[in-house]
Amino acid sequence: MSEALLTLKGVHTHIGQYHILQGIDLVVPKNGLMVLLGRNGAGKTTTLRTIMGLWHASQGTVNFAGRDITHSATPDISCAGIAYVPENMGIFADLTVRENLFLAARNVKKAGEMDTARLEWIFGFFPALRKFWGQPAGTLSGGQKQMLAIARAIVEPRKLLLVDEPTKGLAPAIVRSLIDAFLELKTTETTILLVEQNFNFVKSLGDSVAVIDDGRMVHTGTMAELSGDMDLQQKLLGLALEHQY
Amino acid sequence: MPNAMPNTTPAAADASALLRRVPIDYLPLLILPLLALLALPLVGSFPTWVTLTIAGLAMGMMIFIMASGLTLIFGLMDVLNFGHGAFVSIGAFTATLVLLPMKDWVQADSLLLNLLALGLAVLLAMTVTGLLGWAFERIIIRPVYGLHLKQILITMGGMIVAEQMIHVIWGVEQIPLPMPETFRGVLIVGDAAVEKYRLIAVGIGLAVFAIMFLVLNRTKIGLLIRAGVENGEMVEALGYRIRRLFVGVFIAGSALAGLGGVLWGLYKETLTAAIGSETTVLVFIVIIIGGLGSVGGCFIGALLVALVTNYAGFLAPKVALVSNILLMVAILLWRPQGLYSVAKR
Ligand SMILES: Nc1ncnc2c1ncn2[C@@H]1O[C@H](COP(=O)(O)OP(=O)(O)OP(=O)(O)O)[C@@H](O)[C@H]1O
Ligand SMILES: [Mg+2]
Repeated sequence: MSEALLTLKGVHTHIGQYHILQGIDLVVPKNGLMVLLGRNGAGKTTTLRTIMGLWHASQGTVNFAGRDITHSATPDISCAGIAYVPENMGIFADLTVRENLFLAARNVKKAGEMDTARLEWIFGFFPALRKFWGQPAGTLSGGQKQMLAIARAIVEPRKLLLVDEPTKGLAPAIVRSLIDAFLELKTTETTILLVEQNFNFVKSLGDSVAVIDDGRMVHTGTMAELSGDMDLQQKLLGLALEHQY
Repeated sequence: MPNAMPNTTPAAADASALLRRVPIDYLPLLILPLLALLALPLVGSFPTWVTLTIAGLAMGMMIFIMASGLTLIFGLMDVLNFGHGAFVSIGAFTATLVLLPMKDWVQADSLLLNLLALGLAVLLAMTVTGLLGWAFERIIIRPVYGLHLKQILITMGGMIVAEQMIHVIWGVEQIPLPMPETFRGVLIVGDAAVEKYRLIAVGIGLAVFAIMFLVLNRTKIGLLIRAGVENGEMVEALGYRIRRLFVGVFIAGSALAGLGGVLWGLYKETLTAAIGSETTVLVFIVIIIGGLGSVGGCFIGALLVALVTNYAGFLAPKVALVSNILLMVAILLWRPQGLYSVAKR
């Protein structure tokens, strides 16, 4: 595998008095898509939030693109080149689709100055965003909000995307268009760390895979290896996995 | 990178979203004219009604100017600032530093000189309250981010200290804040008598609202403030420092409170150090009615509170004291989050 873009070493995270992450080791190779699997409450979201600086590791280190970001503030981590699509999507409901994307385009001073070629590229796989361009994001459907959340993360090029369970609660048709979008994203130079429970969704997308359980990393390897080995899937993911769509 | 234009199939099921166009919530806007119309037959006389209504609107605009910053201060960082009224007092007292020595310009029967004097007074008051706001945020608010009980205690303490400082500097007696000559007197419109100053207050209030509206809707900083009120964590994850935004909002909000203090003080023409704490209750009622964090709600809330106060003061003076509380209860029964609730986190 290629060089590491993001490295977590022995990361422990406490939320209040709870000891959630208990020594996470994770190496996200540069380029490609890594899937982070694990059942409900395993600590996937906490891992992403720790990377993003929304929680801080009480022990261990987080290293991104050659920089120690363990104790950095969230805006600095974002500016270092990590984009985050949270589980609840974090859409600004009161703002229009356009304004949501404008704020995500950090280097753009005026909404009219957004990179139109890049927007067209995004509209290519998320056409709904063009249609609802001037509408408050709060009026979008769940799937459209997810598209907006992902579009926000890619409206300017970033080194790493953290995406937390994008298919949650979405209809199969929308899930398929998300797959197309991720396939398209994979052709760019962006590295993606994708949290999922829907194994079928990520089977075709992932290059590598990591499985987390109870705040610990229980498996890392290639996607080919895991998707070809039913016993391993059964052992790691058990019945918790949803085999939907 | 963005050169490839893939032919991905558009997601189905978008059509239904087209039908769902209900972006603006107009209902709260209707309450104001409804209230005014309802009051007309009760008041009985049309000229009296006009006078009361304009008095209410003027008072509402002044309260809005004081309250607008506070609602954003709460919305953005969950900070409960019970010391906001201190900036109202300080603004009003600072204005005396300009208006008393410039007696000649204030008493001159020249609109230009009057405006210049008032302009200078407002400029000084807003500068002083803005700077004090900046210091207040650093010294008093910053150590208690996220701690509501401590915020209440320490900001109330700040308010008391500010009042005492005013006593030290300006003495304990009430002092005059002279109204510029050309702003005095009444205009007779039809049969109704309307104080000129009230029209000026309405004008300034509308201007402040328009400027805030433009900033919050048309500038990146304004959009970031609105986004931050809704989801501060996400604003940070997009790479912006919410605390920096907050300091800016705190300074602007304090300066606006100072402006409100000048306008309110001119209206009363005499000042006591308690002018700020007197308005604090009204200001809190207004931002709760409007929905914490919503400037539009704050605007409607301020006008509602002031109109109800004026109508009730005329119709049933005994009820007037509690009319605002009744109004707040009624609004919260209808919309528990206030007129416009800003979805939080
Ligand atoms: N704010 C919090 N306060 C206390 N405990 C929390 C908090 N957030 C998460 N936890 C706990 O941390 C553990 C890991 O949660 P996390 O959200 O990381 O799981 P997850 O793998 O993302 O689960 P899911 O698939 O359900 O999203 C859970 O046991 C959860 O209850
Ligand atoms: Mg989660």
